[in-house]
Amino acid sequence: MTTTEVRSTPTPVTPKRRSTGARGGDVATYVVLALLAIVYIFPFLVDVATSFKTEAEAAVDPLSLVPSTWTGEAYSRLFGSSDFPTWFKNSAIVTVIVTLARVFFCSLAGYALARLTFRGRAFVFAALVAVMAVPNVVLLIPKFLVLNQLGMYDSYAGMIVPLMADAAAVFIMKNFFESIPVSVEEQARIDGAGTFRTFWSIVLPMARPAVMTIVILSFQASWNELNHFIVSTQSPELTTLTKGVANLASGALSQGTQYPLKLAAAAVMTIPVALVFFVFQKRIMNASSGAVKE
Amino acid sequence: MSRRGISGRQGVAGWTFLSPVVLVLGLFLVLPVFMALWVSVSDWRGRGSPFSGDVGFVGFDNYAAILSGDGRAARDFGTSMRNNVYYVALVVPLQTALALFLAMLVNKRVLRGRGFFRTAFYFPSVTSSVAITVLWLFLFSSTGAVNKVLSLVGLDGPDWFQDPRGLLHLLLGVVGVDSAPGALANHDLLGISWWEWVSGPSVAMTAFILMAIFTTSGTFMLLFIAALQNLGGEIEEAGQIDGANAWQRFRYLTLPMLRPTMFTVLTLGLIGTWQVFDQIYTGTQGNPGKTTLTPAYLSFNAAFNTQQWGQGAAIAFILFAIIVVLTVLQRWLLREKDGAR
Repeated sequence: MTTTEVRSTPTPVTPKRRSTGARGGDVATYVVLALLAIVYIFPFLVDVATSFKTEAEAAVDPLSLVPSTWTGEAYSRLFGSSDFPTWFKNSAIVTVIVTLARVFFCSLAGYALARLTFRGRAFVFAALVAVMAVPNVVLLIPKFLVLNQLGMYDSYAGMIVPLMADAAAVFIMKNFFESIPVSVEEQARIDGAGTFRTFWSIVLPMARPAVMTIVILSFQASWNELNHFIVSTQSPELTTLTKGVANLASGALSQGTQYPLKLAAAAVMTIPVALVFFVFQKRIMNASSGAVKE
Repeated sequence: MSRRGISGRQGVAGWTFLSPVVLVLGLFLVLPVFMALWVSVSDWRGRGSPFSGDVGFVGFDNYAAILSGDGRAARDFGTSMRNNVYYVALVVPLQTALALFLAMLVNKRVLRGRGFFRTAFYFPSVTSSVAITVLWLFLFSSTGAVNKVLSLVGLDGPDWFQDPRGLLHLLLGVVGVDSAPGALANHDLLGISWWEWVSGPSVAMTAFILMAIFTTSGTFMLLFIAALQNLGGEIEEAGQIDGANAWQRFRYLTLPMLRPTMFTVLTLGLIGTWQVFDQIYTGTQGNPGKTTLTPAYLSFNAAFNTQQWGQGAAIAFILFAIIVVLTVLQRWLLREKDGAR
């Protein structure tokens, strides 16, 4: 569901800001907004704070944001005596390869749909639209069946290859390419450049904003992906963060509640997406950026 | 512009450029759907290939076992449908209303710190559902933060994720209806009695409902903000001049113009809320008392844990059908009431 925001309607470039005197309503707005912001942010602060607490304190005082005795035990256990580093490594491998592949394959496909004329283009376009409508959970059993049949079950290939194409990303790229004037490419073609060369060295560099959008979306989607890894792997060496932490939550590694440990795991797995989010938040949230040329 | 001359060369290039995407989607999306369609009408139990000679065709037996009769499969499916119906009925309207409310607030013309608030409301949407579920299990545990806050105002919170009691049953209990009246106990639908249907979401499911609202309202807020910025301020001002108050301006000017976005948000909401899986897998595995069982999780569980692959696949296709029908129905409803309402 995180892919939706980039496909939405463009926002106007000029924000209207007329300074009016402070009104009574404004104060109320700020109060409501501040309360809501606390509700949205507080859980994450509790998460980080609790991960530094002892288990006893986590149970007695779940609200305080400052542990009375700081302890890094949850983190040293996580990194020292659990499979957590392996999970992290696997998530990183999958995310990097999937993101690179998606950018390359989806921009190639987007370019073909936007610029090249050939038999079957309309059909592929229609098929992509249809494919986007298939709900993800419907594919749980089917994906396992096909991976099993192809002998890709429980391998990196089975984890990575099925995620390498994304219909939504193809559309974002296609829309962007259509906004680039054709004249640019015609010049290159007159100069004798082949189709791939024109795409690779002329058009793709111009599509940097759209490429960045795909990078961000793919990164988030593959880092947070859970159900594909549930149905494509079983060995501990291939467990990703999402799957590992999910099993941790349902009691795989622990006696007792182990909340500091689990919350530390949740916090660490959030850091990479949080970093990407804060670095690129303008682009992520300015809904227009994917579709409109800068 | 005539492209006849180069269309041959472009044909080769076009298909070459498309081939990776077509191959991956065809192999891991289209083909699997047809394989699963076969499995849903077969008696395959997970051993060997589903296409080998000793796997038999059983017609609609798997679908029948889920949709009728009073076997375990039918009861579980009925229960999961009940659970998910309450989940959808509460999450979709609440998250849409909250998203719109947040968007209206954040979009106010004279607002400082707009970026901060937008970030705060959107951040839960980018974090993984697993991490949020882990956090939620802690916040809503018997000694968790939520109960601590409740105790500050003198309320005794439940042990949320262990509590199978239905909210409507609890309400009925307050007015003295503790067990099923005859008519509700004696009739059933999809394998469970009417009394079980009117239980409402369980306390455990309510915690998941709150989580869904928390994590998705930010995404939909962004869609509404984009739409509101497209509307611009002129219409608002016209309404102001005509003497409409804030509520009237919202109700008769802004809201009708947001119809396309509203459709998108409701559709995405419907599609998403019928696919509840990650939270259940991470958090409760359908417990307590099967009150957080959802069709999506049941489909997975039937196949991977109890080796009922045919039934699991059948549930997946029923779910697919439900999502398609609801989306079409909703599109039709929103079309019908054009202008009015």
